[in-house]
Amino acid sequence: MDYHFDIPLNNQDIKQLRIGDVVYVSGVLFTARDESHRLMLKKDPGEIPFDTKKMGLYHCGPLMKRINDEWQVVSAGPTTSSRMDIFEEEFIKKFGIRLVIGKGSMDDSLTSVFKKNNCVFTVYTGGAGALAADKIVKVKDVYFLKELGMSEAIWIFEVKNFGPLVVAMDSYGQSIFKSWEMLFKGENCACK
Amino acid sequence: MDYNKIQEGVIKLIKKSQTELPVDVIESLEKALSVESGIAKLQIANILENIRLAKATGRPLCQDTGVQTFFIEAGVDFPKIGHLKKLIIGAVKKATEIVPLRPNAVDPFNSKNQAGNIGNFIPAITWDFISGTDVNITAIPKGGGSENMSKLVMLKPASGINGIKKFVIDEIKKAGGNPCPPTVIGLGIGGGADLAMKLGKLALLRPVGLRHEDKNIADIEEELIQRINKTGIGPMGLGGKTTVLDVHIEHAPRHPASLPVGMVVQCWADRRAKMVIHQDGRWEVL
Repeated sequence: MDYHFDIPLNNQDIKQLRIGDVVYVSGVLFTARDESHRLMLKKDPGEIPFDTKKMGLYHCGPLMKRINDEWQVVSAGPTTSSRMDIFEEEFIKKFGIRLVIGKGSMDDSLTSVFKKNNCVFTVYTGGAGALAADKIVKVKDVYFLKELGMSEAIWIFEVKNFGPLVVAMDSYGQSIFKSWEMLFKGENCACK
Repeated sequence: MDYNKIQEGVIKLIKKSQTELPVDVIESLEKALSVESGIAKLQIANILENIRLAKATGRPLCQDTGVQTFFIEAGVDFPKIGHLKKLIIGAVKKATEIVPLRPNAVDPFNSKNQAGNIGNFIPAITWDFISGTDVNITAIPKGGGSENMSKLVMLKPASGINGIKKFVIDEIKKAGGNPCPPTVIGLGIGGGADLAMKLGKLALLRPVGLRHEDKNIADIEEELIQRINKTGIGPMGLGGKTTVLDVHIEHAPRHPASLPVGMVVQCWADRRAKMVIHQDGRWEVL
């Protein structure tokens, strides 16, 4: 199924989504990689200068260009989500995250975290940075740029029909990555 | 000789490597599109549309513009050969602003991002010296997500070829969707630990779809391609028939006690661009 939702996704939206579904989202995303996860987790939600509950979390370290006083997105595809495995349970709970966008798999133990917090993990095509950049209609803000640098800073992006995102872990405790892990059993005998 | 003009050429080389993919890579992705369906096909279609868009708009196709990596064959009779290194480092610094490239040179001790994509030993340059007066430069910017899945193993020689195959397939399974499949795998077999890894990266210079000239090695490449694609990992790890676009092997004699295997994983954005610089300073980006 293909869905089009506004961010923040509500409970009903999230409950509709099952692994393998395709979804396009419009609204506001904030980017965060390893360093910004670590930095944000050291703070109280009240100390964070933007409202995480109204945004989606995007695992992304964009390539930006400053033209006069304005930031422009050059290329902004997803980064490897598994690097955030160690932070995400606490991060989702603490900041009220309902939508995570990234690439690659996340640790299987997180399926229960997505279920418990009524949250979804969706993936965008890795490396499709130019394509993703064209779905970002506005750079609203940037935080921690001086401390963390371009790729690790938190960028606030307004996006329109951002996708196609594939639901990889849904709010029912399912993971799309399980399907091919099952196939490995067949291949193992060929490895001997 | 006008060094600025040559530097402009190197900047053009870097830009081409970031904004266009070689035809052989595009053709193999088009082939993948024709065999995939559903979500896997959607991923490949996105990749191909992204490649088209990046080229049309002159933008880096991936935000991870990688570690700037060059393989150079320098003709020993090229005049001012001693200036080449400085010239390339300067080109990388300028290209960071002009292309632009994402600043990807981070101090490993204090995590400060050093501007300009330069630093100790970076850009990564591998030199070879050839006869003649031309200098051939290949740029292969290398992304972090795929490089993170690269691996070295020092096998026991008794493990043999089957041990090498098992290592590769096990590692590909562990990597899953993380290195942005469909990937290209460079395998360096033999040498010492460092040479095996270097040969793995060197193997990535070969165009996708081109088999090793030694039939026995070509057969191993072919077998690995088939077995890896049977894992079902698929584009982006979402399931599908295309997990690798190609496997390339380069080899060197091993020490009697060692069987090193260096596996270098390259994402679908198998970025490669070439240039030649002539003795009078003229250059062509090929």
